Amino acid sequence: MKSLEVTLRHVRDDGRKALVPYFVAGATPDWTRHVEAAVLGGADAIEIGVPFSDPMMDGVVIQEGALRSLERGTTLESICQELESLETEIPLLAMTYYNIFLHYGLSRAAGRLRDSGISGAIVPDLSLEESDEWRAACDESDVATVFLVAPSTPTSRLRDVAQRTQGFLYASARMAVTGGASDAGEGPRVVASLREVTDVPVYVGIGISTPAQAASAASFSDGVIVGSALVKIILDGATPSDVESFVRSFRGAID
Amino acid sequence: MTERDNVMGAPDERGHFGDFGGRFVPEALMPACLELEEAFRDAWSDADFVAEYHTVLRQFAGRPTPVTPLPRLSKRLGLELFAKREDLAHTGSHKINNVIGQTLLTKRMGKPRVIAETGAGQHGVATATAAARLGLACTVFMGEVDTKRQELNVFRMELLGATVVPVTSGSKTLKDAVNEAMREWVTCVADTHYCLGSVMGPHPFPWMVREFQSIIGIEAAAQLSELGVGTPDAVVACVGGGSNAAGVFAGFAQSDARLIGVEAAGGAAVRSGSPGVLHGMRSLLLQDEFGQIEEAHSISAGLDYPGIGPEHAHLAATQRAEYYAIGDDDVLSALTLLSETEGIIPALETAHAVAWIAQEAGGLLPLGSSVLLNLSGRGDKDVAQVRAILRGEA
Ligand SMILES: Cc1ncc(COP(=O)(O)O)c(C=O)c1O
Repeated sequence: MKSLEVTLRHVRDDGRKALVPYFVAGATPDWTRHVEAAVLGGADAIEIGVPFSDPMMDGVVIQEGALRSLERGTTLESICQELESLETEIPLLAMTYYNIFLHYGLSRAAGRLRDSGISGAIVPDLSLEESDEWRAACDESDVATVFLVAPSTPTSRLRDVAQRTQGFLYASARMAVTGGASDAGEGPRVVASLREVTDVPVYVGIGISTPAQAASAASFSDGVIVGSALVKIILDGATPSDVESFVRSFRGAID
Repeated sequence: MTERDNVMGAPDERGHFGDFGGRFVPEALMPACLELEEAFRDAWSDADFVAEYHTVLRQFAGRPTPVTPLPRLSKRLGLELFAKREDLAHTGSHKINNVIGQTLLTKRMGKPRVIAETGAGQHGVATATAAARLGLACTVFMGEVDTKRQELNVFRMELLGATVVPVTSGSKTLKDAVNEAMREWVTCVADTHYCLGSVMGPHPFPWMVREFQSIIGIEAAAQLSELGVGTPDAVVACVGGGSNAAGVFAGFAQSDARLIGVEAAGGAAVRSGSPGVLHGMRSLLLQDEFGQIEEAHSISAGLDYPGIGPEHAHLAATQRAEYYAIGDDDVLSALTLLSETEGIIPALETAHAVAWIAQEAGGLLPLGSSVLLNLSGRGDKDVAQVRAILRGEA
């Protein structure tokens, strides 16, 4: 088992719902302080979004974050360097599009992630069918590969994806790109069908923007991922202490 | 089977043409891609579907398009030139062949709506046209920059009953229109087909679009035989994503004809690109040293794309086809050259192929060579832009 899998199993075995905030790395100069604030606010793992020019799975908020970050000259390398000085006990996961890793070199990228303290990777445009090379590269470096399922995923595929994912399964609650939504979507149904085929932890994401939504999602899953709502307050100028209380409000709601 | 027999055959079961192609899409879209592949395989081997496709092409789209000898230009350049006249197809370009295939397939899948991306507007207009004809709802995503450059095409799509959505993300051009169409497709895959406009995107699109466009090459090969020309020495087509080129190449893949694709110098994925993943496919892309996709720049909106279809990347890697690039400056003179010598105003995209032929007559094209030009589209959509440039207003 990879380190991330062990850690996240422990979170669940402790009876704790996982809270995973998402950041666009480099969207603001002090982004690593935002990450630290989220840890203080009670996060169990952090998703570090590496900006890509063509984020096909992202809505307007994260697109804007990626654009700002790229304009500041952010690269995979610069993110890894900044993370080296970050002191945190909780796992970090990189989330980005496949071309970024492909271009860096798959083995080299996985090694670089590990060296900067990242223990997992989520690549939303990498289908299971195309993932052999990337999974092999991640195996060399103890980086867990997390896969997504969607409401459209048929049961037969759920089983395949669940078998390959490491650490947790990312269940999108709705047929949508990242961004806010006002209802629970299809989360309950997706998670229920996953429970029939796997015992890996299932975290729900896509469209969770309020503590109440997070509480509801946590009631039928093992954890929640909060992205656009957090990126939005950061783009609007949130300070690290704003971020800490934002995360704390989600923590309070799901505990 | 010899290697030659396999050229431009079907991709492998995961949609690979050699090292390129495949399916790099969010899990939410995987089932739709699998469903589409199955529907296409089923339809394309169903004689009734194929017959209907050919009937609509004949009765509605004006096929077969002729092959026209170009005697005055031939004399001028010292070549033996022929043009496959996709400019005479309904809506003025080859794009109609693909959309008729895909909209018929949409009906067969029982979906009431199509979405599409468009750059210049040609594919958007063609999709809106076929959607109107078949009674499908239609939404077209178009970069905001392009909606201004090609205002009349926006109006045409609206006349045809389509909704045009200006895309304001990223560079606000074709690649962003594709991103936005993909994002939209995620939200509505159950009742909507994404009618992609070129031989790009995730499997089965590159293969399916090539199959729907292969009518160009199949017709042209038969027409050249009737004209007593037989196999031409070279087949030349412009390349954006590469659909008109793939379509015409398909008729000559097993022959000895040289296959030549001409890209815009500002969007030359084969010459200036490197392998990468974008829009669901592994192919050659314009990108910076960090893997961020770069914007293409071309006088013709239809070639303003930073990638190329994966089968072309493979044809380039295996050297079955050759790819060259032509700069904006040479395009206008080629457009006027064909207009004045042959009475055909080509689209700016097509003019890239004309420019390469004119430039290489006596060079890479030995004098006396027989050459088939795929005349992918007519220039009507571009005349306002060309006038502005020729008058020094742009
Ligand atoms: C007339 C014409 N030719 C060529 C193209 C380029 O597309 P493709 O390379 O897919 O043929 C376009 C695209 O808009 C076009 O309108």
